[in-house]
Amino acid sequence: MPVSLTASSTIYAALKASGVRVVSALPETWLVHLIRMAEDDPEMTLVRLAKEEEGVGISAGAHLAGVRSAMLMQNHGFLASVNGIVSCAQLYRIPLLMLISARGEFGERDPWQTEGGLVTRHVLDALRIPVDELGHASEVAHKVAQAQTLAYSASRPVALLLTRDLMWEEA
Amino acid sequence: MKRIDALRAIHDDLADCAVVTIMGAVAAELQSLGHRPNHFYLQHAMGLASSLGLGIALSRPDLDVVVIDGDGSLLMNLGGLTTLARYQPSNLVHIVFDNESLLSVGGFPTATSTGSDLAGIAAAAGVPRTGTVRSVEDFAGAFRAARAARMLSTIVAKVDAVGPSAFVTDLGLLENRYQFARHLRRPSA
Repeated sequence: MPVSLTASSTIYAALKASGVRVVSALPETWLVHLIRMAEDDPEMTLVRLAKEEEGVGISAGAHLAGVRSAMLMQNHGFLASVNGIVSCAQLYRIPLLMLISARGEFGERDPWQTEGGLVTRHVLDALRIPVDELGHASEVAHKVAQAQTLAYSASRPVALLLTRDLMWEEA
Repeated sequence: MKRIDALRAIHDDLADCAVVTIMGAVAAELQSLGHRPNHFYLQHAMGLASSLGLGIALSRPDLDVVVIDGDGSLLMNLGGLTTLARYQPSNLVHIVFDNESLLSVGGFPTATSTGSDLAGIAAAAGVPRTGTVRSVEDFAGAFRAARAARMLSTIVAKVDAVGPSAFVTDLGLLENRYQFARHLRRPSA
C-alpha cells in the first residue's frame, strides 16, 4: 500500500511527544498505519468510532478528565463532525487536536473525494479553526507540537491537514 | 413515572460519580434537586453525552461515570451505542429517560412513540446489560444493580412527557465545565 509508513511513524511519534494518550479514529486509507500504531501501543487508548462526530465527545470527556487526545479522520469526517465541534468543543472551550486527511486536492484520483476537497478549508475558516498543513516529514514534529500548544492556550479546536505529498508514496 | 422523581431517587447515589447529562429538562431538573461539582450538563451537541461519558470512562477507569441521556438525544447517535458496546467500560452506567417526545421543543413525538425500542437497540448493539423500567422503584433498583454489576449497562426509563417550566438556570456553561474538570482532576479524585 503506498500510504507512507515513514510519514505515519513520524506523525505518531509527534502525537505521543505532544502528550496524546487517547486517539479516536474512523479508518480511511491514509490513516491505516496511524490507527494500527495506536492500536499496538499499550500506552495509547484507541477509540474506533462509528461516526466521526462521536470523537468530539470522546475528546471532550478525555480533556475534562485530564487526558490529552487527538482525532484522526478524513476531511469528510470533519464535515460530518461540524455540529459537535461547534456545540461541544467550541461552546465548552475544549482543546481539540484534529488530524484531517486532505482528500480531494491536486493528485486525487477518486472522483468521490473531489467535492470535499473544495470546501474543507473554507469550512475550517468559517468555523475560525486555526489550520496548518503537514506537507513534509521534516516539519511534522514541530507543527504537531505547535498545534497542540495553541489548542491548549486558546482552549479551542485546531486542525492539521495531512497532505497527499506527505501521506502518499506513488508505487 | 416522572423523570424528576426518578432523579430524586438516585440523587444521593450520584454524589460519588462523574455525572454527564443531556440538555434541557433533565439538566434543569437535576440542578433543581441539588447541583454538585461532579455534574456536567452538556447543554447542546445532542447525541454526544454518551460519547463524552465514554471519553471520561476510558480516560479514568477509577471514576464511576453515569450518563443521563434521553430518547431524542440517543436517537441522534445510535452509532455511539456500538462504540460503547465495543469498549464496554465497566465503570459506566447509561441511563436513558424515554418520554417518547422532543419535549423541550414542543413535544413532537420521537420514534420510540411508534415502537422503536432503545433497550432492544442497545442490546443488539452489544451492550451487555440492558433493560426497560416503568416505575421509580424499579428504576432505582436497576440503577443500583447496574453499578454493583461493574458492567456496562443501558437502563431505559419510560417517563411522562412533563418537565420544568424553564430550562435555563443560573449556572453558566463554562462555569459548569471548569468546575467539573477541576473536580475530576482533584488529587483525591
